[in-house]
Amino acid sequence: MKSVAPFLIGLFLSAAAFAAPTDTSAPAPPELPAPQQFVAKDKPGDSGGAVLLTWTDPPAIPAGAEIEVLRAQAPAYEWQPIDLVKPGAGRYQDTSAKDGVDYRYEVRVRPSSADSLAGVMPGPAVASDPVRSHDNWFKIERTNSFIASAIFVAIILTSIAAARSGKEIFIRRIAGLNAIDEAIGRATEIGKKVMYIPGIQSMDEIQTVASLAILGNVARSTARYGTDLDVPNKDPLTFASAREVVRSAYLAEGRPDLFREEMVNYVTYDQFAFTAAVSARMTREKPAAIFLVGYFFAESLILAETGQSTGAIQIAGQADPTQLPFFVATCDYTLIGEELYAASAYLSREPVLLGSIRGQDIAKGILILIAIVGVVLASVHVVDISSLLRTQ
Amino acid sequence: MSVDLGQLVLVLLFGLVPIIGIVLGLNSPGLRSRIPIWVAVFAGLIPILAMYVPKSFLSGPTGMSQRLDDWLIILAGFALLLGIVNVLQNNLRKIARKESGWFFSVVLLAGLFVTGGAGIYGALTKAGIGFNPDGSSTPFKYLTDWFFQPLQSTIFALLAFFMASAAFRAFRARNVEATILLIAAGLVMLGRVPILEFLAVPFPSLHSTAAGVSQAMGKLTEWIMDVPNGAAQSGIIIGAALGAASMAIRVILGIERGYLGLGRGE
Repeated sequence: MKSVAPFLIGLFLSAAAFAAPTDTSAPAPPELPAPQQFVAKDKPGDSGGAVLLTWTDPPAIPAGAEIEVLRAQAPAYEWQPIDLVKPGAGRYQDTSAKDGVDYRYEVRVRPSSADSLAGVMPGPAVASDPVRSHDNWFKIERTNSFIASAIFVAIILTSIAAARSGKEIFIRRIAGLNAIDEAIGRATEIGKKVMYIPGIQSMDEIQTVASLAILGNVARSTARYGTDLDVPNKDPLTFASAREVVRSAYLAEGRPDLFREEMVNYVTYDQFAFTAAVSARMTREKPAAIFLVGYFFAESLILAETGQSTGAIQIAGQADPTQLPFFVATCDYTLIGEELYAASAYLSREPVLLGSIRGQDIAKGILILIAIVGVVLASVHVVDISSLLRTQ
Repeated sequence: MSVDLGQLVLVLLFGLVPIIGIVLGLNSPGLRSRIPIWVAVFAGLIPILAMYVPKSFLSGPTGMSQRLDDWLIILAGFALLLGIVNVLQNNLRKIARKESGWFFSVVLLAGLFVTGGAGIYGALTKAGIGFNPDGSSTPFKYLTDWFFQPLQSTIFALLAFFMASAAFRAFRARNVEATILLIAAGLVMLGRVPILEFLAVPFPSLHSTAAGVSQAMGKLTEWIMDVPNGAAQSGIIIGAALGAASMAIRVILGIERGYLGLGRGE
């Protein structure tokens, strides 16, 4: 028994010595790593008011951690947290920055509020140099659109230059436009008026602008033939413009005596009240020819069907496909899509305008080629070019 | 004092240039007729530049492009006054001359004055055009709810009947194209409404067959709408977009003058 006691005492002492702490201070809690390659700069290609922050997440960032973004404003530079970002994003846009003000930014990894990392300290903050936001000269994300537009404009200008040089330009026959004189001639023969409705949109709609260009030609014809013209309007700006167009057309034809102010008249700003008024006028006055050219919505069919029921010859035109089926079903002639925009060139036969139509067709050919090549390349899994063509 | 570059340029382009043009054009109709073209050129260029140049004086919240949009609203307000004057002139003349349908002009003017008067009354009494503080309708709101909206709905409802008559005319199989249209329309209608399930209601043994055929018709309808119809629509949209861009270029370059009533050499 005596021989065992010293051994047990020694074992106890060594175990006690092993278990005893070597340092009396508390252990430091683990700390999260710091983001790397942190850069803050003005967001390129914007209208100002935004700073772009980019960084690389630290390797082995634990689950439950997130990136805290802090901002300090000159001159005090007091740090304020502005947002939390999930790991993996690697970027943040501060859209609350004021142009011309110096800011510094910090990012650090910290446990999320879900506290799966309870007891873990936020990592060290990485600060940026002072940065200020400002507006830029070019929207980089629209580079593809800019290049495409530049090419398109170049094609149009080249075609116009070619047309100016006297080169013969062929434009296919457009039945709806050829029928304009026929319709006005018919109205003249039977002594009834021509009604022209330039859509229900304002002058900021390019279809309305195209429609007024056609109205100018129609008004010249009615002035030449001495036929009555009626142009009811829903939009006040279109009304004011249409009146000037018709007045100018009658002046240009040397028949200002035939122009009456009430030829171009304002009806109402409400869509269906306008529809009711114009439909009633069609039914009562039975115009011999009705033009529905411009941007129409739900009233298109009501107007066209009413006109159809009166026996008028009807010519419609719209670039938007939503109402086209109604016009095709109810009107004698329909200008579809681009034909509406080609109308003024087609009717005036001005070489310069015809040149632009030629350029437009060349651009369309190029687009068709790109579409075919793109479909083939995507189908054989070589490359998908759709991202190159996408605009923002 | 800081100078707002956008405002300054707008005043120059749309204020000084037209005024100088009008003054110089007093004895020159040719020059005078060019002023609207220049206004259109500037008004067309600014939004296009704003598409690509994000400088705040051009495309910012108070930039030139946004200001032009605001001006459009102001112009439309004044143009609306012109429109009202025109409505008054035309209808008063009709009544005075007892032209055909003059009684409708009386109704129209009565509606204009009563509704306008109700709106002005709401403005004067500060009750507005919505509800009174006690929850009752203001006179303007009453007129809108009980006259105007039912009339609007009536006109809109007519669309269903017009659609039926237009469809009847369009679907007559006069030629190959109309026949294709008829068949496609028939298939789409069958695919969009559960008519087969409805017809199979009295025959329980046919329920599953009818449901299966309906589903197949639905898929065929989707294919017709997405593939041939979608392709044709895309073609029209691409062509129209190019046409619109071409038209815009013509307007901006000042070679398209038809919308001003001007033709060749004018």
